[in-house]
Amino acid sequence: MFDISPAEWTAVLLSLKVGLVATLVATPFGIAIAWLLARYHFWGKSLVDAVIYLPLVLPPVVTGYLLLLTFGRKGLVGGWLADHLGLVFAFRWTGAALACGIMSFPLLVRPIRLSIEAVDRRLEQAASTLGAAPWKVFLTVTLPLALPGVLAGMVLGFAKAIGEFGATITFVSNIPGETQTISAAIYTLTQVPDGDAAALRLVGVSIVISMIALVTSEWFARRATQRMHGT
Amino acid sequence: MLHVDVFKKLGDFTVEVQFTGEGRVTGLFGSSGAGKTSLVNMIAGLLKPDRGFIAVGNEVLDDTLSGIHIPPHRRRIGYVFQDARLFPHLSVSQNLHYGRRMNGVAHDHAHQDRVVDLLDIGQLLMRRTGQLSGGERQRVALGRALLMQPRLLLLDEPLGSLDSARKAEILPYLIRLRDEAGVPMVYVSHDPNELRRLAAQVVVIKRGYVAAFGDADSVLAEIAPQFVD
Repeated sequence: MFDISPAEWTAVLLSLKVGLVATLVATPFGIAIAWLLARYHFWGKSLVDAVIYLPLVLPPVVTGYLLLLTFGRKGLVGGWLADHLGLVFAFRWTGAALACGIMSFPLLVRPIRLSIEAVDRRLEQAASTLGAAPWKVFLTVTLPLALPGVLAGMVLGFAKAIGEFGATITFVSNIPGETQTISAAIYTLTQVPDGDAAALRLVGVSIVISMIALVTSEWFARRATQRMHGT
Repeated sequence: MLHVDVFKKLGDFTVEVQFTGEGRVTGLFGSSGAGKTSLVNMIAGLLKPDRGFIAVGNEVLDDTLSGIHIPPHRRRIGYVFQDARLFPHLSVSQNLHYGRRMNGVAHDHAHQDRVVDLLDIGQLLMRRTGQLSGGERQRVALGRALLMQPRLLLLDEPLGSLDSARKAEILPYLIRLRDEAGVPMVYVSHDPNELRRLAAQVVVIKRGYVAAFGDADSVLAEIAPQFVD
């Protein structure tokens, strides 16, 4: 039962790679957007808010198809990136990472935004009177105090990215070793005779990964409270 | 020398204050809601006056006529808040060095030792801020403001959140600070007794306006005669 085959390992490792890259690349954008939404009121803010949460409510196939239209070889952005930067998304693991990053973005942004909103602005004022320029205030006060929220968001985003299926398979298909993540591998295994044992093994692996992610995220959330109280 | 001549509208409330502080400690006296904190925030640069002029010594910090508004982080004005506002994610020692680091001031051990001795906070350096008492927090906040080597120190009711025993504990440190640190101070309080012991001059603020200004003893004798012996 726990004898995981090399092909299954490939899917597991690919999922981890895709999830990790998606999360690491999305995090700086997530922090920037979360900070913007937490600290500023601007025209069109609710629109930005809605667009970020769109992948959460849109059918994943729709997101995947839109990605294919935009970032595919013939897509407006995808064509340009391929020609000018040699960056190809369609049917590559990088495309899987892009799809996962976008699908998990709302889950990444939310805890970061909440933790930035919870940072006491009076501490930021104190920092500025002590000589910290706005960007230094952000780096030395706001971000460290929001850090547990950032990590919680990263963990949640990572868990979501690892489990992403619909958008990924629509955008980059289901190519073993290139774009076949755990979810896609399980799906394939359920479509073939005698695939049950292998599918169940991968189900076990994904449950373990998700549980670890949830527990870690909770732990970071608790740390956040302690940090705010300086204990 | 501190020149203040500002006008600021905050909703229905107006702050319109003019004075020139010359002594080592200028007291700002008034009941809560009189506009003292708004005024201090303007001196710190946290609040921008609608009209007016603020200068410390020869340096103009605000001048709305020529469009000058130096942001708080370039003013080098130490601000001790009523609620201390220590950074909870940093140790006491890291809090103390924050302003020095942000201003790129070289580590001056002698100066640090002087400040730590003056405020008697040597035994607190390795603690987390959550483990400090109210009085200890205020002393650390004072030290943090002093270590950035400010040209002016703003103290906004630094004893306001302390009980009378703690006040009696901190007041001597403030007097030592006045006599030994050599930094001009603006001391905000609604306690005439504190001001009488600390300030040379007192500005009395009432509903956003200057109600009286002058030598501490005579002003306080007029405002609160029961506190002057």
